[in-house]
Amino acid sequence: MAEPILEVRNLTVEYTSGKSIVQAVNNLSFTLERGEALGLVGETGAGKTTTALSIMQLITSPPGRIKSGEIIFEGRDLTKLSQSELRKLRGEKISMIFQDPMTALNPVITVGDQICEVIHLHEKVSRLEATQRAKKMLEMVGIPGERYSDYPHQFSGGMKQRVIIAIALARNPSLLIADEPTTALDVTIQAQVLEMIERIIKELKTTLILITHDLGVVADICDKAAIMYAGEIVEYGTLDHIYNHTMHPYSIGLFGSIPNFNEDVRRLKPIKGLMPDPTNLPKGCSFCLRCPDCQDRCTKEKFSPVEVAPGHIVRCVKYIND
Amino acid sequence: MLRFIGKRILMMIPVLLGVSLIIFTMMYFTPGDAADMLLGDSATIEQKEQLRNDLKLNEPYLVQYINYMKGVLCGNLGTSYSTKRPVTEELLDRFPTTVKLAGAGVLLSLCFGVTMGIISATKQYSIFDNLATSFSLLGVSIPNFWLALMLIIIFAVNWKILPPSGLSTPLHWILPIISLGMNSTATIMRMTRSSMLEVVRQDYIRTARAKGQKELFVILRHALPNALIPIITVAGLQFGRLMGGAVMAETVFSIAGIGKLMVDAIKLQNYPIVQGGVLLIAFSTSIVNLIIDILYAFVDPRIRSQYIKPKKTQTAGKGAVTNA
Repeated sequence: MAEPILEVRNLTVEYTSGKSIVQAVNNLSFTLERGEALGLVGETGAGKTTTALSIMQLITSPPGRIKSGEIIFEGRDLTKLSQSELRKLRGEKISMIFQDPMTALNPVITVGDQICEVIHLHEKVSRLEATQRAKKMLEMVGIPGERYSDYPHQFSGGMKQRVIIAIALARNPSLLIADEPTTALDVTIQAQVLEMIERIIKELKTTLILITHDLGVVADICDKAAIMYAGEIVEYGTLDHIYNHTMHPYSIGLFGSIPNFNEDVRRLKPIKGLMPDPTNLPKGCSFCLRCPDCQDRCTKEKFSPVEVAPGHIVRCVKYIND
Repeated sequence: MLRFIGKRILMMIPVLLGVSLIIFTMMYFTPGDAADMLLGDSATIEQKEQLRNDLKLNEPYLVQYINYMKGVLCGNLGTSYSTKRPVTEELLDRFPTTVKLAGAGVLLSLCFGVTMGIISATKQYSIFDNLATSFSLLGVSIPNFWLALMLIIIFAVNWKILPPSGLSTPLHWILPIISLGMNSTATIMRMTRSSMLEVVRQDYIRTARAKGQKELFVILRHALPNALIPIITVAGLQFGRLMGGAVMAETVFSIAGIGKLMVDAIKLQNYPIVQGGVLLIAFSTSIVNLIIDILYAFVDPRIRSQYIKPKKTQTAGKGAVTNA
């Protein structure tokens, strides 16, 4: 395989609110190779968006803060770069599709100008050429070029999301982070947008991090998946590892709560309980309070991730051999 | 757009009618008598009665009002009792001074208020923000006549670096404009700060940062235009307030503007000048409000699209069907 494009090592991010500290991301590590598509799956509050924003170095501070860890992108540690160096990377090498298309576009600037802005920021081109390129981008995401000078309020939600995708891809970035790109859209538009993202990243050979809580979407688009829980990756591996050889009790629970057409199930099996309070995480394994296989030592100590098969990493006591 | 402007101009008519009725009624029922004031104590009762008849002050209230309004519709605001000159002439002689004063006040408060508001919002809870917020609290609370007197005492009387009255040189403008503009600077600053604070938390600001845009441009190009609507609303209101506030500043600094003219006229029971002055101020305030309403459309395309019919009929819907 190709060289790693992104390496996240022991990333810890916390938010301070009043006196309490919220541990949004705890000691998170993963590696992503060029051209791969990684699905980051987890329930609300698992730290997916925080992870994405840390890679963009866009955590609002205060209240947020990257406490420790390294984010190595193309050989450089993003946490140590200056703001001006980061600005050169944002939009050019790393870009992000945001969750809510309704609010992610500036309402007083035409969509065309919003696409042009990225082009102008990273390349010295004439106005005319930038305009033409922006129109081409619009057409690539399925919007006619004549709508260049329309404002966001003249677009539907799905079309706004396409514009955001056009902005994110305007400079042909090597890493694209899509943060729940379809959550705010209805199902038919979801399928369109996902197909489009898939087509474009294949065309442009972009590396993708897809954040979602939909395991079906990951199965469609991604090569690898990481299951996140309470700011940690609990299971990481190829689609085959995650879908066919599910190991972590939380992942098993997630799959159990999806309807299965092959078996005759009367009721879905939800995971019991709620996510732990992020200001007061359990001392041991963060899933221990809800885990059906919880053992004594789970509540007392943290386990390091174990590689159960090449490339398949699980953080659970069941797979520790000692 | 033209239709909208026309409609707004038509809507000014009832406003001005209402203002004229209120001010006419107030002047009519004000205790005191113009004839007493004009002729002084030495005049005989017959002389005073004669003057009242000449000025048509003996006619019933409604007849007086209708006669007055007939004149107003023909552009005749009556004749000043004291100078015997037409009120329109008296007012128009002094109107530019007042407008310049109020305009300069608004301009000053926009420059300082908006700049300080933006810096405060982007550096929330910093030392500058705390200083600016306390300054604005002070600015809103200080009565401007008191501020005017203090400024005169400090800069004109004690330090003797600025002239205390009149408007003959640019130096003369400084104190009146500061005392007029202080209040609105503070109000505009507070409005800018809160409006910007709301906007900089929006998702599209994060989008702009994610594009690699410089912080200064994120603020000026992406945040400020979205924060402008409440700011220009307040600025427009401030202009109306300053036109009224000019009465105070002109009196304290003895400036020959509409405000001083009106204050003098009230003392002399010179009704036509007061009525004309109030009407003129109401009229210019309505015009400023009209301009503000039109500005909204320039600032915000969403408002613009309500007034302007799209030229092409194709816009909506097209593209929504194209499948990826």
